[in-house]
Amino acid sequence: MCATCGCDSESKISIHKVEPIANVNWNEVQFTKPVEIPIPVGGKEIKVEQNILWKNKALAQDNRTFFLANNIVALNLVSSPGSGKTSLLERTLQDLKSDLDFFVIEGDQQTSNDADRIAATQVPVIQINTGKGCHLDAQMIREAVRQLNPSENSVLFIENIGNLVCPAMFDLGEQKRVVIISVTEGDDKPLKYPDMFASSQLCIINKIDLLPYVNFNLEQVKSYARQVNRKMEFIELSCTTGVGLTEWYEWLKKINAEHTLVRV
Amino acid sequence: MHELSIVMSIVETAEQKVREHHAQTVESIDLVIGDLSGVDRHALDFAWEAGVKDTVLQAAKRTIIQVPAKAKCLECDCEFQIKELFDVCPLCGEPLLQIIQGKELQIKSMVLN
Ligand SMILES: Nc1nc2c(ncn2[C@@H]2O[C@H](COP(=O)(O)OP(=O)(O)OP(=O)(O)O)[C@@H](O)[C@H]2O)c(=O)[nH]1
Ligand SMILES: [Mg+2]
Ligand SMILES: [Zn+2]
Ligand SMILES: [Zn+2]
Ligand SMILES: [Zn+2]
Repeated sequence: MCATCGCDSESKISIHKVEPIANVNWNEVQFTKPVEIPIPVGGKEIKVEQNILWKNKALAQDNRTFFLANNIVALNLVSSPGSGKTSLLERTLQDLKSDLDFFVIEGDQQTSNDADRIAATQVPVIQINTGKGCHLDAQMIREAVRQLNPSENSVLFIENIGNLVCPAMFDLGEQKRVVIISVTEGDDKPLKYPDMFASSQLCIINKIDLLPYVNFNLEQVKSYARQVNRKMEFIELSCTTGVGLTEWYEWLKKINAEHTLVRV
Repeated sequence: MHELSIVMSIVETAEQKVREHHAQTVESIDLVIGDLSGVDRHALDFAWEAGVKDTVLQAAKRTIIQVPAKAKCLECDCEFQIKELFDVCPLCGEPLLQIIQGKELQIKSMVLN
């Protein structure tokens, strides 16, 4: 291996450049291994033609393969800050943990508050703090999965950073992406953040207990979401009152069963 | 601001290519960015400044080849330019479109030195 650039010099010619040395006392010169320097390429144009996010795509594919091989259903929960991702998880884990095996990855810029809330339900959880980072990426999930070590035939929830923009661009290797919108956010969100709604398969409309107090039209939000994603499924619910949760649990069980079938 | 992650990915690829080709720096780089790629140009410029500092891209001339978004109507098969994912067909008013161009996010080429 070439010492200068770390290249594999076997397949390439290497030229050893010798620096001119003035007034040399040859007795003092210590001969060391010649330094290999690269052939200058002076303004060489190279074609790359590579997707900028190729690395994330490749790692996401690795994650997806791992999930499929272990029959793990991985769900990526995305929303604005405070739409109710952690609340939905708390309810779901409490209600279903005797029926299904759950694991949770929590993503937040700071604090382990959400992981602490999940840990209180006795479900294995790991917190990723991204610092200034505003989204989770496939590399973080790979590392978290290695540490969390989810068992076969389990459901892995990934709560993404509260942000309707950036997480849309980063495939984590999940089987389904679930976008949560709460009725206090306004019904125009699907048009304002089309990438997120276009890349999700299920849209949960949360906090419907607050509908009487806010100006939010359920049919309008669905019609906007269908404009960017005609295959979108919807579930309306309230984590506070529990209304609509059964429909969500049925969806979860259906997805889980589909994956078990794929295995056979 | 996923644009910073995008700049960091570009830096990573550039450093790898510079190593592979035994070069020192990148003289210029051409990126292809579609209008529906989810990359904001202002955010990219901002992230670029911070992200390429002390890397092989520090002095590189950056050219962005912008690709307008195009879709095909799944109802009447006509092709047209769109501005948003939720635009409708200008001929028949159908919202069922297949995006055929505009999602690009690519490093096209680089000149190494
Ligand atoms: N009224 C009402 N409040 C809710 C409901 N679901 C969640 N909340 C409240 O909304 C607030 C935010 O809920 P979280 O579950 O922390 O939201 P989150 O999406 O996990 O928030 P981040 O992780 O910070 O992005 C809390 O005060 C919840 O009690 C609901 O269905 N109805
Ligand atoms: Mg949360
Ligand atoms: Zn962003
Ligand atoms: Zn981000
Ligand atoms: Zn048409």
